[in-house]
Amino acid sequence: MAHGPATLADGWVKYASRWLFTTNHKDIGTLYLWFSFAMFILGGAFAMAIRAELFQPGMQLMQPEFFNQMTTMHGLVMVFGAIMPAFVGLANWLIPMMIGAPDMALPRMNNLSFWILPFAFAILVATLFMEGGGPNFGWTFYAPLSTTFAPDTVNYFIFGVHIMGASSIMGSINIIATVMNMRAPGMTYMKMPLFVWTWLITAFLLVAVMPVLAGAVTMMLMDINFGTSFFDAAGGGDPVLFQHVFWFFGHPEVYIIILPAFGVVSQIIPTFSRKPLFGYSSMVYATASIAFMSFIVWAHHMFTVGMPIAGELYFMYATMLIAVPTGVKVFNWITTMYKGALTYETPMLFSIAFVILFTFGGFTGLMLSIAAADMQYHDTYFVVAHFHYVMVAGAVFSGTAAVYYWLPKWCGKMYDETMGKVQFWIAFIGFNIAFMPQHFLGLAGMPRRYADYGLQFADWNMVSSIGAFMYGAAQILFLFNVIRTITHGKPVNDPQVWEGAEGLEWTVDTPAPYHTFEKPPEVK
Amino acid sequence: MLKRAQALFLRSLGTVMALAIAGKASAGSTASEEPVASQFNMPQGVTEVSQAAYDIHMIMMWICTVIGIAVFGFMFYVMYAHRKSRGAVAENFHENVLVELLWTIVPAVILIVMAVPATTALLKVYDTEDADIDIKVTGYQWKWQYEYLGEGVKFMSSLRTSKDEINNLEAKGEHYLREVDNPLVIPAGKKVRFLITGNDVIHSWWVPDFGVKRDAIPGMFTSAWAKTDKVGTYVGACAELCGKDHAFMPVVVEVKEQEEYDQWLATKKQEAVEYASTIGKEWTFDELMAKGEEVYNSSCASCHAVNGEGIPGVFPALKNSAIALGPVEEHLRVVVDGVSGTAMQAFAEQLSEVEIAAVIHYERNAWGNDMGDITQPVDVLNYKQGK
Repeated sequence: MAHGPATLADGWVKYASRWLFTTNHKDIGTLYLWFSFAMFILGGAFAMAIRAELFQPGMQLMQPEFFNQMTTMHGLVMVFGAIMPAFVGLANWLIPMMIGAPDMALPRMNNLSFWILPFAFAILVATLFMEGGGPNFGWTFYAPLSTTFAPDTVNYFIFGVHIMGASSIMGSINIIATVMNMRAPGMTYMKMPLFVWTWLITAFLLVAVMPVLAGAVTMMLMDINFGTSFFDAAGGGDPVLFQHVFWFFGHPEVYIIILPAFGVVSQIIPTFSRKPLFGYSSMVYATASIAFMSFIVWAHHMFTVGMPIAGELYFMYATMLIAVPTGVKVFNWITTMYKGALTYETPMLFSIAFVILFTFGGFTGLMLSIAAADMQYHDTYFVVAHFHYVMVAGAVFSGTAAVYYWLPKWCGKMYDETMGKVQFWIAFIGFNIAFMPQHFLGLAGMPRRYADYGLQFADWNMVSSIGAFMYGAAQILFLFNVIRTITHGKPVNDPQVWEGAEGLEWTVDTPAPYHTFEKPPEVK
Repeated sequence: MLKRAQALFLRSLGTVMALAIAGKASAGSTASEEPVASQFNMPQGVTEVSQAAYDIHMIMMWICTVIGIAVFGFMFYVMYAHRKSRGAVAENFHENVLVELLWTIVPAVILIVMAVPATTALLKVYDTEDADIDIKVTGYQWKWQYEYLGEGVKFMSSLRTSKDEINNLEAKGEHYLREVDNPLVIPAGKKVRFLITGNDVIHSWWVPDFGVKRDAIPGMFTSAWAKTDKVGTYVGACAELCGKDHAFMPVVVEVKEQEEYDQWLATKKQEAVEYASTIGKEWTFDELMAKGEEVYNSSCASCHAVNGEGIPGVFPALKNSAIALGPVEEHLRVVVDGVSGTAMQAFAEQLSEVEIAAVIHYERNAWGNDMGDITQPVDVLNYKQGK
């Protein structure tokens, strides 16, 4: 029997219990989304600290030890705390509604996989206040800097990573089980919305590589505390082994971040073009091939470790090949827009910016795949610029688009369009001012993770910092707009919300009731 | 023709950017005597390898630019022409096998074409055979060591910029963070092979103008090479995060004419001979304190701090420490052999006997540590040989 959720009117104990013990996919989705936004603000605060320190040459606000903790925590919090949980939150909210299921397949595990996350990050962030400081070895935590030479708090970091990994694995198993078993009658695989497809593939990637990450940090734990020498050359180990293991996880990881973003954009662009996605099946195949290729290119992050030339050539060719399925996706989005009837609401603006900036990041990615040139690009700001174009303008822009797009369905209220557009333009311009000059810095020779730099890099660093502050300000506006929508937004009652929206989630009432599809819909 | 066009393009891009940031120049008054010009592009450098990297970089950039203009151009046209506000009505077509095949095959062909020069360039990078000179490069936290193999010449190269400049207590010099005490010196016109390794964590030895970037990994060697006719000073950096002073271990290479290089090498060899005679000398308390303070500040202070108090929780204090106030043999052991499993490195290969003696003496008698004993270079030599 369906029952309504507890509200504040039932008393705070009941209200808090609702969120603590909830097994409802919409509640858990909401928890994930708010948690990831909190982490996004925290990771953003670290980024602001970094850019403030780099505003001018010389050490102004902090010493290099603390600067290294900032770059490390920024990366870890953004990747594991902001972007990944944000897309898991979207998956929770949307996958059951998109495939006509009443809830996720494993609701109790769903609750667990969320509620261990805050503990993981509490442990991780607490290290900043401990003696020795937080992790200071970069988000890629290369051994032996992260083992023999790490502060003692590295053990907390390892524990935190284990918990995050467990959370991700449980979340993915849940998504796989849901998609495979809970589809409404008639909802065949090749009828699933692309967002569901990209998440299904992502979930398989997660299940495959999170244990590899767990293995890497466990070997670190053994090296640090139990006298093994996996990564210690003095004991017969190999520091390069760490990089192979890490990137075997790390490269699929970046696709774990970007594939659901592809899915979001593939939902939004057809809606505001009022035209179906151009090549649905080729999009599915392209996603699957990108996922497969992500497993066989990891050492392109390691062109400078002195691999034999045969290895270098193989990883270079394989990496270049990824441009083919990625190109297919970009061409599909553009041809979807071709001869449509386009309107530019905020979600569409963010999606179009996604296509342009992600493609730009793809171009620099192609340049980075060329091993001989990578010898110059590697570990410079050129790389920093490249992955922020694909991670921020990719994943974060698409996440923002998703929130604006589905927010009316979630809370039954329309956001402020003008404020959304203002936010978009500040974010878009700020982003480019922040990261475009970093390409020049990298090419001119500024390595990444530098707490201080020579005077020849001063101008571009200042420009980049100004852009970063702008981009940061846009996020405050985003938060304000979302809260204002929930409290003061204009009510929306139309189930479809957007004129061109297609899919099962747009057939249920607006706002979406606490329980949907208790009787499965018929899909023709 | 293409070269000219791209140079022109980059120069005009540069001018536009420079104009855009000219406004901030007055605000950015971080004391520099002479502003160094901003760059926009990869340097062409002075070796075959750096030229090859630059060429393939430019080829890729132009291909991407052309594709980008075509793709985004079409996209902007669509965004403009097919707006609903302009009365566009959506058509309902989708899927077209021919188009989809084309946009899979054409990019694949372009990639194959790109792969040809990319492979040639990489082969050049890997051509480390038949070198005239071998130099071993070792990365330390946070300095470089250069050893001329077979010549008996070996020295450390560390940052010369003062802490006061870094902490804004003093005006920044023209070569801020681009200067070292002992640059690497190589002769023009000779093929030099670098054999690169790390002592503690992974570093990465990078000289952009040579197109050389190789990770310096403990327990293994990587190799790279350079050959140039252009005499001059080339500045590089450590490119792999290696701890707190990662940004403060630049690489400086001086390329000299052969005769000058020979002279320089002879002087270095002479210094090594002269040094050997100072080991036997009896040093006074004050001589050792003065020498020790100098060595301490350049080799130890980045972790244990100038005041000997370390960094709590990360690097132990030496002031009032059990080591500095305990038996001298134990103190020698820690400095000479390091402490395995920690960041305390072995200084046997980094510092000379005189320097080790002086620094131990200094640590036992500075900051209120008051052992009063004297450690002589010969004690260090005996310790080393007694093993």
